[in-house]
Amino acid sequence: MRAYLDHAATTPLLDCAREALVDALGATGNASSLHWSGRAARRRLEEARESIAEQLGVAPSEVVFTAGGTEADNLAVKGLWWGRTAARPDRRRVLASRVEHHAVLDPVHWLGAHEGAEVVWLDVDRLGRVDPAQVADELARADDVALVAVMWANNEVGTVQPIEAIAAACAHADVPLHVDAVQALGSIPVDAALPTTLAISGHKLGGPMGVGALVARRNAPLAPLTHGGGQERQVRSGTPDVPAIAGFAAAVAHVLGDLPERAARVAALRDTLLAGVTTLAPDAVVNGAQGGPDARLPGNAHVSFPGCEGDALLMLLDAAGVDVSTGSACTAGVPEPSHVLLAMGIDAVLARSSLRLTLGHSSAAADVEALLAALPAALDRARRAGQVRISARLATALDGG
Amino acid sequence: MRVLAAMSGGVDSAVAAARMVAAGHAVTGVHLALSRNAASYRSGARGCCTIEDARDAWRAADRLGIPFYVWDMSEEFAAEVVEDFVAEYAAGRTPNPCLRCNERIKFAAVLDRARALGFDAVASGHYARLVDGPLGRQLHRAVDAGKDQSYVLGVLDAEQLAGCAFPLGDSTKAEVRAEARALGLAVAAKPDSHDICFIPTGDTGGFLRDRLGSAPGQVVDAATGEVLGHHDGAHAFTVGQRRGLHLGRPAPDGARRYVVEVDITARRVAVGPAAMLDVTRIRAGRPRWCGPQPAAEGRLGVQVRAHGEELPGLVRMVGDGFEVDLDVPARGIAPGQAAVLYDGTRVVGSGTILRGSR
Repeated sequence: MRAYLDHAATTPLLDCAREALVDALGATGNASSLHWSGRAARRRLEEARESIAEQLGVAPSEVVFTAGGTEADNLAVKGLWWGRTAARPDRRRVLASRVEHHAVLDPVHWLGAHEGAEVVWLDVDRLGRVDPAQVADELARADDVALVAVMWANNEVGTVQPIEAIAAACAHADVPLHVDAVQALGSIPVDAALPTTLAISGHKLGGPMGVGALVARRNAPLAPLTHGGGQERQVRSGTPDVPAIAGFAAAVAHVLGDLPERAARVAALRDTLLAGVTTLAPDAVVNGAQGGPDARLPGNAHVSFPGCEGDALLMLLDAAGVDVSTGSACTAGVPEPSHVLLAMGIDAVLARSSLRLTLGHSSAAADVEALLAALPAALDRARRAGQVRISARLATALDGG
Repeated sequence: MRVLAAMSGGVDSAVAAARMVAAGHAVTGVHLALSRNAASYRSGARGCCTIEDARDAWRAADRLGIPFYVWDMSEEFAAEVVEDFVAEYAAGRTPNPCLRCNERIKFAAVLDRARALGFDAVASGHYARLVDGPLGRQLHRAVDAGKDQSYVLGVLDAEQLAGCAFPLGDSTKAEVRAEARALGLAVAAKPDSHDICFIPTGDTGGFLRDRLGSAPGQVVDAATGEVLGHHDGAHAFTVGQRRGLHLGRPAPDGARRYVVEVDITARRVAVGPAAMLDVTRIRAGRPRWCGPQPAAEGRLGVQVRAHGEELPGLVRMVGDGFEVDLDVPARGIAPGQAAVLYDGTRVVGSGTILRGSR
């Protein structure tokens, strides 16, 4: 029996989502077809859209389904850029926080490299928070901002951003705000009506993988990224994955239905975990904002262990049956120090010494107990391995190498 | 034993890992990321160091049902192997980076880290045998003479050998490939890797020019001092080299000419007939012993390049190193290469060749 402490990567499929998914998988029909079978699929699709819209307090037409959070973020960042610059080409600035997920970070970088965007990176404090005053200052500097992007809650350290104040500043300047709420929705209260666009994802909240949505206001100046059959308000062509969308809608309804009780239970478990970890490793550094759902995601614990390498800890805990994350991943499997921790002013060595431990709807006391049981031996060995690397580097330096 | 299997993505290391699993050890697969900017795809017949190779290693580990990780050793590799490689060439020597990598990375940085993390040994796909006997652990040549890689392991000391496992030493390459096929490993037919892994183009001269710049100089006749041509950098030449001299005109007697000396300071490359390459005495420094240091004087075999033949001679310990008086003169002894000493099939140790003389 494994202890799964990586719910921020993906959280188990909820039973209600599985049922809706499997049920829809058995049906034939393309939602764009005009016959009975097509209408049946269309009905399922629109019921899902209405359900999510109702849960989020937006209009059904404001829910644009995508193949996941990354696509939703790309559609928002690039779509808003092209929409806004088409209307007025002198809008060249893009404001984005330094701690965005790569799904926002990389499209913003790309706009800078290929589309002539002037990117203003919004700093964060030691806890990972954006200062709304900086956003307001940048917006007041000149009327040339194409869009602003700030995530609702950070995927690595769990810090919740002051979205209400940032949204107010953007509304005041009449500049669209994109918010990546992939980690936030289902964990903390999210007001989907605040930003211009809001990215959400199915598998982060108990729905299937490969489905997400961009909640986009009717008047959001959104240019399409994919062209074709004109589905999803003409901004996201392609046959929608109706079964995944049905599962997604079931999951959203479920997690928003029991959010306060579940969040409180998960937060209590997280606090037990943190208390245990800091007792076992008194030198451990707990990262990110601490506090209730307005400060931090309830399921997130992010800890640096000085002298240990995060990837060594991950491997040792893995061998002991505990799934954890270092928080940053790379396709080649070579870990880079996290851009989030670096932006928070944490040095690269400590950044590499970090673990992200995340809990979710299926987490139980036994998961935390398994971690705390495996951690002392893992810390001991990881410290020794860290020492080996440090002395090897010293030897190389003394060697003149 | 808890074993860390170093998996390059090639067939040898995959079968080595499979054999450790079959022997009942708790095996974890690790692919060493040696370059920060790994190319996405293999080019030519190189069999490691790309993202595609990392995936091959990963899939082999999946097939064996063992955990798998990528270890970032790129900083260590750059500092210990690549920089040393460039510095050696800059000094007019011809280094062997594979030995250096085994000595400093695979069976040092990786082995030390593995031991700290609770592993007992690092297993690799090298063709060599470890023999445990009353005199301790000995390193021997592989039974497949065509694949024997004991030469590149001749830098490992007893402490390092104690943490090694070479499960392929008793097998031929054909057997290993057949075993990979039987195990359903997708890498069964993957070509062998060769050349230098961090020079994916295979153009060592170009790599060195990029790193060291050009330092034009003369190509001269070793006997007469006559200037025969010019070069872009003496570091691109190796003693014994025949190709790429661009001399334009043949020797008066029509005989082939070889690089017989590289003088970096004078930027001079001297060429001469093959006979001038004959060496009867080799002086080696920086000795590494794969067990006890040998007697002050004794008859041993010496191998001076990977896949080179073993030359019999009289070996004497001198100062910080050893000298070998060869029974029969040998050609193309390049400073910087390793002289690996053998007693029968047993690897005694090695030294870095400082010079050869007649």
